[in-house]
Amino acid sequence: MKLNGSEILVNVLLEQGVDTVFGYPGGSVLNIYDALYKYSDRITHYMTAHEQGAAHAADGYARATGKTGVVIATSGPGATNLVTGIATAYMDSVPMVAITGNVPNPLIGCDSFQEVYITGITMPITKHNFVVRDVNELADTVRRAFEIAGSGRPGPVLIDIPKDVSAAMAEYEPCEAVKAGRTSEIKGNVEEIAELINRSERPCIYFGGGVRLSEAGDELRGLIEKADIPAAYTLMAAGVLGYGERNNLGLIGMHGTYCANLAAHRSDVLIAIGTRFSDRVALNTEKFAQNARIIHIDIDPSEINKNVIADYSIVGDVKAVLSEMLKFIKPAKHDAWMDQIDLWKSKSYVPEDSDEVLKPHYIVQKSCELAGKDAIYVTDVGQHQMWAAQYLRHTHPNNFLTSGGLGTMGYGYGAAIGASIARPEVPVVHFTGDGSFHMNLNELCTAVSYNVPVISVIFNNSVLGMVHQWQDAFYGKRFSSSEPNRVTNYKAVAEGFGGVGYHCETPAEFEAAMKEALTLNRPVWIECVVDKDEKVLPMIPSGKTVNDIIMK
Amino acid sequence: MKKQCMVLLVENNAGVLARISSLFVQRGFNIHSLTVSPTHNEKISRITIMTIGDEKTFAQIMKQTGKLVETKLIFSVEPTFSLIHEILLIKFSAKENGNEDLESLISIYGVKVVDRTGGCIICELCDTPQRIDSFIEDTEKFEVVELCRSGAIAMERGHVTYEL
Repeated sequence: MKLNGSEILVNVLLEQGVDTVFGYPGGSVLNIYDALYKYSDRITHYMTAHEQGAAHAADGYARATGKTGVVIATSGPGATNLVTGIATAYMDSVPMVAITGNVPNPLIGCDSFQEVYITGITMPITKHNFVVRDVNELADTVRRAFEIAGSGRPGPVLIDIPKDVSAAMAEYEPCEAVKAGRTSEIKGNVEEIAELINRSERPCIYFGGGVRLSEAGDELRGLIEKADIPAAYTLMAAGVLGYGERNNLGLIGMHGTYCANLAAHRSDVLIAIGTRFSDRVALNTEKFAQNARIIHIDIDPSEINKNVIADYSIVGDVKAVLSEMLKFIKPAKHDAWMDQIDLWKSKSYVPEDSDEVLKPHYIVQKSCELAGKDAIYVTDVGQHQMWAAQYLRHTHPNNFLTSGGLGTMGYGYGAAIGASIARPEVPVVHFTGDGSFHMNLNELCTAVSYNVPVISVIFNNSVLGMVHQWQDAFYGKRFSSSEPNRVTNYKAVAEGFGGVGYHCETPAEFEAAMKEALTLNRPVWIECVVDKDEKVLPMIPSGKTVNDIIMK
Repeated sequence: MKKQCMVLLVENNAGVLARISSLFVQRGFNIHSLTVSPTHNEKISRITIMTIGDEKTFAQIMKQTGKLVETKLIFSVEPTFSLIHEILLIKFSAKENGNEDLESLISIYGVKVVDRTGGCIICELCDTPQRIDSFIEDTEKFEVVELCRSGAIAMERGHVTYEL
């Protein structure tokens, strides 16, 4: 059948199983929004306050569901406003399709109104991107974009559509959804590597987002239990293992547990699974796990030997690799090693409680207790993010959404809205700091417009906490631009936008506010006053090792 | 630090060169020379890149470039099994007398004199990058007006088939 480009676009989105998109209209996407209007019974468009919020919402939607998130923006500023959201998705391997309008073909390259070369701008932050110059290529390009975004190591793909292409007519033939298939191909000697694990005396697993993306939690647990191996996780893999499991060492890296960092450091074989030895984990690439023979398993061959040189590697989908490996793994017990680990665990950092003032760990733990282990927790970036990672006890890896690689302050609100729209049946708690929140708090208008009941818990310590902590520790307490003296009345602002606001200074006030917020089914802000000298501990400074860990 | 050569077969799309060069800049890889042209298959372009770096960097370059969606095939080229050739155009100011030394170098290297206009000689040499380097070095004492090199192109010897 003959359709215009915009109708073809929407039909291909429907083909791919998309029923929810986020975005913001504008001149170059008027045709596309006209088609969205026409198909509004089958596809719901959520308009945010700012395109960045829409990009983060598509990201949050994708992380919470495992499906590919879709965001639409107009040319020029609309497109550039997506950039931070696309880069965030790229760094954390989130499947996303970003669709931008552009000026009509004849105006491209003429510095026309609201024209930017968005494919050039996004080249280093997308898995791939396309300009569709001819409407006859539109449908297949969009299908290809979904295939690329969802396959292998997922990531964002941008499609730029000039306005004359979204208006032009072409023949449309429906297709089935593309299969962003799992690869079963494994490169590496699995048997030899399994044998190395069998012979190890102090094995340690360090796993990341690849385990979550590959849905390989069961296979991982199989390896851990069969070979009696303790395992530490990165920020991107929190929630894959249960917190009560003896072999769960906790978070590894700069703000990871004493035990996780020490176990990796003292291991004789380190098995890195679906992770990339980032500088927030391998803080010193020369000394990281220097006593161990390193095995690296990842789907992306370019991760092998990128940051840390591996002694052995396997390239493949984590689930497939671990299933294969389990065939060669012999049941083992490492009693002495596990006893040593229990001893290290007993020396974990324990924060001090208080009945009078709000302590960061209390806010996280109480939120988790009240909202439940099945709630979705979203963070912004900074101290509160680390506190959330350290003290949350959620049980599903897709229920903790955080900007790990890019560290995007302002990520949380958009992502929380996207997650809540994706899974309205569970509460969504958004932890944020006063610094991060001021970046994109305007998205409350979106939450109110669509009644998305996100609960934002604001850790208000009146400073940029993480910057402040570094300035305190490493810059002689010269608090340059980290104490902004803001007097924002959060309760009043929340109410001004049409939401609900609470101000809490004590544990009792917080508990009451959180309990009430969970019953309201409305967007809520809960401001928590926190002391500006609260630190994220433990901490290993950049370039150092576990021997330099700061515990108090 | 070593000079190494790699060949890429890529989709002949607008922007593919920008994508590859953007990747090199982003990751701090060095491009010593780069040539690109369409092949006998009009949908495929062939890119030859000479790069300088250690083994680890070269392996990363190969993997990162190979990961690009438009890269159909990537392989490193070893001089032992391949031809790696480059073209040099070099213009000398010819004196009225005393060109004998230059003329003898021209004949030793098998250089083609392709132009003599306005008191200048343009020489063309198609050879390995090393031979071209050495010719340039040997002619240092002559007055070079202009110099231009094409960048290397490379091909493996014998019957090689690529599955694209």
